[in-house]
Amino acid sequence: MLKKLLTTLATASLALSALAACGDGGGDGSGDGKTVLGFAQVGAESAWRTANTTSIQESAAAAGIELKFSDAQQKQENQIKAIRSFIQQRVDVIAFSPIVETGWDTVLKEAKDAKIPVVLTDRAVDSADDSLYVTFLGSDFVEEGRRAANWLVEEYKDSDETVNIVELQGTTGSAPAIDRKTGFEEITSADPKFQTIASQAADFTRAKGKEVMQAFLSANKDIDVLYAHNDDMALGAIQAIEEAGLKPGEDIKIISVDGVKDAFVAMTEGKINVVVECNPLLGPQLMDVVAKIAAGQPTEKRILTEEGVFTMDQAAAELPNRKY
Amino acid sequence: MSLLRHRLFWPLAVLAALLAVNTAFTPGFLAIRVQDGHLYGSLIDIVRFGAPLILVALGMTLVIATGGIDLSVGSVVAIAGALACEYIVDLPDQDDLAGVLTAIGIALAAAVVLGAWNGLLVAGFGVQPIVATLVLMVAGRGVAQLITAGQNTSVTSPTFKVFGGGYWLTLPFPVLVAAAAFLLTALLTRRTALGLLLESVGGNPAAGRLVGIRARGLVATVYIAAALCAAIAGLMISSNVSTADGNNAGLWIELDAILAVVIGGTALTGGRFHLTGTVLGALIIQTLSTTIYTVGVPPETTLVFKAVVVLAVCLIQSPRLRAKFRRRRPPAAAPAAAEKVEVTA
Repeated sequence: MLKKLLTTLATASLALSALAACGDGGGDGSGDGKTVLGFAQVGAESAWRTANTTSIQESAAAAGIELKFSDAQQKQENQIKAIRSFIQQRVDVIAFSPIVETGWDTVLKEAKDAKIPVVLTDRAVDSADDSLYVTFLGSDFVEEGRRAANWLVEEYKDSDETVNIVELQGTTGSAPAIDRKTGFEEITSADPKFQTIASQAADFTRAKGKEVMQAFLSANKDIDVLYAHNDDMALGAIQAIEEAGLKPGEDIKIISVDGVKDAFVAMTEGKINVVVECNPLLGPQLMDVVAKIAAGQPTEKRILTEEGVFTMDQAAAELPNRKY
Repeated sequence: MSLLRHRLFWPLAVLAALLAVNTAFTPGFLAIRVQDGHLYGSLIDIVRFGAPLILVALGMTLVIATGGIDLSVGSVVAIAGALACEYIVDLPDQDDLAGVLTAIGIALAAAVVLGAWNGLLVAGFGVQPIVATLVLMVAGRGVAQLITAGQNTSVTSPTFKVFGGGYWLTLPFPVLVAAAAFLLTALLTRRTALGLLLESVGGNPAAGRLVGIRARGLVATVYIAAALCAAIAGLMISSNVSTADGNNAGLWIELDAILAVVIGGTALTGGRFHLTGTVLGALIIQTLSTTIYTVGVPPETTLVFKAVVVLAVCLIQSPRLRAKFRRRRPPAAAPAAAEKVEVTA
């Protein structure tokens, strides 16, 4: 109820600001020569997303790009409304993280007809017509899975014994869960010594990660490695491992994905062995792309975010740099 | 025959069957050992992770007994955890006992306010319970996220951790809390007239009014009780992982709680309620989750697996099938037999 009211208010104020922009008579909305970027964010559903938002806002200010920011509160209709209002305001570039994969053709066509280039960040759209957007800037989840597996292969290269792996999957059916599993299996399936003995969904949350890991521990006697699709599940699982009287990071090696601050803290304590980064701080890269587009230069259709793999010995040095 | 007729027989049988399946897949599933001075084992895990659900379901049973329903308990779980963790994280010493108790007090006080709000809408303004509590179900999660500013707030407080993840006299603390809540509710409703009054409000409001039962106050009270139970569950969940998760804490727990109540033999139409049955229902649901993890049901088919088991439980409990077992009404047995074939097929 309250949310709806707020949404209505937000929409009303957006419409007002659109009117105000028309009143300027500026036409292209960039009266002072600044590039204007309209960004439609998903919402504020996680620490990752908040870090993503902050990065975009800070780097826009640093790059001297005028940012019009809209928060869709996890609703596609709000995001479509925001994009329409950006088109009306005649911004120079529109960027957004699609909440869902489908249903964007109409509004993206409107943007194309208005000759406003569109950049996708972090998530892709599922459309037959890829001329609707200029570039997709984001992580490659399959590659993250591969990187996680590569560390494992390296760690156990001198051993011929069977390595028993348990996997905590993300929310069933979500792109990161499917892709991180696929990438990981692609590498580990090449060597029969790697055995995934249990794999269950723990919904990307700490509470579920702990609960599922506890069940894994009582059902399987000999677990060598835990692969968690995100840090929260790994952090929950660490508690379960400790309560079972085992040492996380030693008795059970832990591989995690994302790279939030808490995970780095756990790494400095020796409880996580390796974290494959999934970087939300794509603001600077996005501003580069926007500047390029505004200057009329060509861009690549798929730009990967700059991401690393951090092991235990690098954790202490990297920890102060973690913003989220 | 009298054993089969007991209303707790089937929930108990289902629970035993689930445990048997687990033991078949995992030898030593029932084993309990002492680890670091407390009990450890799958059975302990089931009651421990099931404790929040037991609490929420207890509150839900009382609400359902009055013919109502409370969809907002999941949001109350999230709000309680968020309030407590946000308070503790700002303490100069997060481990301070007085501070932790204040945090718990704040969460419980908030729950009373939220429960009173539901009670006001339902008993005061006569809004249908499903609609009245839907308001808080939707808005409450937003409130929880406002409290945590959209972040997962982590605390490092061993004192607070005892509440959901600690042990007392070798037993998990949350299990003791749930047991205390169960005993208190059972005493209040079965050793005083309160239970009878609740059943009369839900079973036949007109008759209740005619004999002079003041339904309004009773109805408002059960919503407060449900919110309090949910808040304690929320404290357990957040304390167990030392994190408040406004988005996911207690997500869909209201549906699990309603299911636990129904499995326990309380009808959604109100009236007679069965607290022991509810506890068994909650344990069945938690054992089912544990079964999925230990047996290794693929995540893609988890929900179907759960649905099949729940369907079987509900069919076994259907009066027609029971009638067949009782062999009192032979004519009614024929369709019931057909249903049973479906279940076993």
